[in-house]
Amino acid sequence: MRNGKTYPIWFAISALVIYTALFVVPSLIGIGYSFTDWSAYTTDLHFVGLKNFRLIFSADENYTKIITNTLMFTLLTTVLKNVLGLLLAVLLTKSVKMLNFHRGVMFMPSVLSTLIIGLVFSSILNPSTGILNTFLRAIGLDSLAVQWLTSTKYAFGTVIAVDVWRGTGYIMTILIAGIMSISSDYYEAASIDGASGIQKFFKITLPLLMPTLATTTVLNVIYGLKVFDMIYALTNGGPGDATTEVLYTEVFKKFGTGQYAVGTALSSVMFLFMLVIGFFMIRVMTKGEVEE
Amino acid sequence: MKKKKTFYATCVNVIAWVISLICLIPLLIIILNSLKDKQTAAAMDLSLPAFPIQWENFAVVIEKGKLLTSLGNSVTYSVGSVLLCAVTAVMAAYVLSRNATKCNKLLYLYMALGITLPVNYVALMKVMQFLHINNTKLGIILLYTAMQLPFSVFLIHGFIARIPLDLDEAASIDGCGSVRLFFSVILPLLKPVLATVFVLTFLNTWNEFVSPLYFLGSSEKWPMTLSVYNFFGMYFMDWNLICADILLTSLPVIVVYLLGQRYIVSGMTAGAVKG
Repeated sequence: MRNGKTYPIWFAISALVIYTALFVVPSLIGIGYSFTDWSAYTTDLHFVGLKNFRLIFSADENYTKIITNTLMFTLLTTVLKNVLGLLLAVLLTKSVKMLNFHRGVMFMPSVLSTLIIGLVFSSILNPSTGILNTFLRAIGLDSLAVQWLTSTKYAFGTVIAVDVWRGTGYIMTILIAGIMSISSDYYEAASIDGASGIQKFFKITLPLLMPTLATTTVLNVIYGLKVFDMIYALTNGGPGDATTEVLYTEVFKKFGTGQYAVGTALSSVMFLFMLVIGFFMIRVMTKGEVEE
Repeated sequence: MKKKKTFYATCVNVIAWVISLICLIPLLIIILNSLKDKQTAAAMDLSLPAFPIQWENFAVVIEKGKLLTSLGNSVTYSVGSVLLCAVTAVMAAYVLSRNATKCNKLLYLYMALGITLPVNYVALMKVMQFLHINNTKLGIILLYTAMQLPFSVFLIHGFIARIPLDLDEAASIDGCGSVRLFFSVILPLLKPVLATVFVLTFLNTWNEFVSPLYFLGSSEKWPMTLSVYNFFGMYFMDWNLICADILLTSLPVIVVYLLGQRYIVSGMTAGAVKG
């Protein structure tokens, strides 16, 4: 029992208490509340069974669209960020001049506040006065100068594009670290055998980068499912009928209108979903640690 | 052959510059337009500001946007949660890593799971009301701490695993108690990972605006990030003022990023790459 004395458990108590009280407890009681009619307008609660969940998964409400939007956003941003991040990482591990400058600049969007990025982009993408459309018209591509954020046709794609602009540098940075940890012996041996650059990429870089790509995928999926800031700042769910609405913007709206029970039911669906992903993530991210 | 190589190298450099520029344009727009007057800033383009440069935009923003109050709030929230999170996370990670019993391993997993789990803001309101910290500064600090703890514990846990146990044993044999062992022997060795935790927690909490949106009703308690929004409604088309406000809000983040880039990258890639 020497260990318990040298490493007293009370060291961990404050972290466990804060985390449990403000992170875990809300999620758990939230599941309980999702079976009630909790709202801002009634003082006493009634048990309503699965009513809220039936509402969420019923076809005549917008929720199926919201869930599809969330999943599509997650899928598309994950694929795009991984592919573009990989291309950039390969580019920036070559003999480019001012390497650190480029790496630093490309990573920078991920440290700026999403809210601010959203505001600036809403100006850049303004259909009549924004610089993107002004630029497109100036080079004669008038047909491409569309209503980026205000038409139901393009808004979803635009939101994804801005999010990819913001998040690719982060994925790139992780992948650069992954590429740098690959031993140069492989590349030297391949060069001697006369392999081309493309062959080296597909036969050496890509296979050895798979564990890192697994991690970036998990990180992207977690981010995508929980996305709120970017969409809130750019379109706030609009234009029209829930074009870019995702789970967390909907939870916020339900909170704002006082429909707490539906809000917490949506959060609980998300919680259970993320719990499964969480176990998977921990297996990916602690793989090295367990072996030590 | 050599010509082909030079051509290839030029291409690679040009591509890198184009992408860097795409990443820089929004920031350039903010900087340039924060120095213009109302009429020229309305276009939000990349033209250089005309003379005289409108430095007074910043003064106007600070005064009308009550930026000093929100700066104070942001500093309170960020510094408060950075310190609280670092202290509690390092102590927890240390014990859970060093004394890896079955129970402690489970506790570690339980904490690390928070990296993925979503926050149930709606039910959180109930808990905050119950603890009487709803709509208070203390509530926000504690909430930010709870949100930043999982990743911080994960980072520090991984770092401590690489510090040899011999150190602890030697110190114990010399009669070092558990508290002194931690504070005088182990803690000084954790400086690099603590720097990472400081920088990452600061950036995350400074940029956070969702919790204040849910839990802070009054705008006097709003952090600087949200003050931008407050402003956006008030002077809807005054992009010069909006840009000035954005620039002032982002300045701490940019400075911390430039100074602590090394720590950010090492923290963000931790766990992702096992070299």
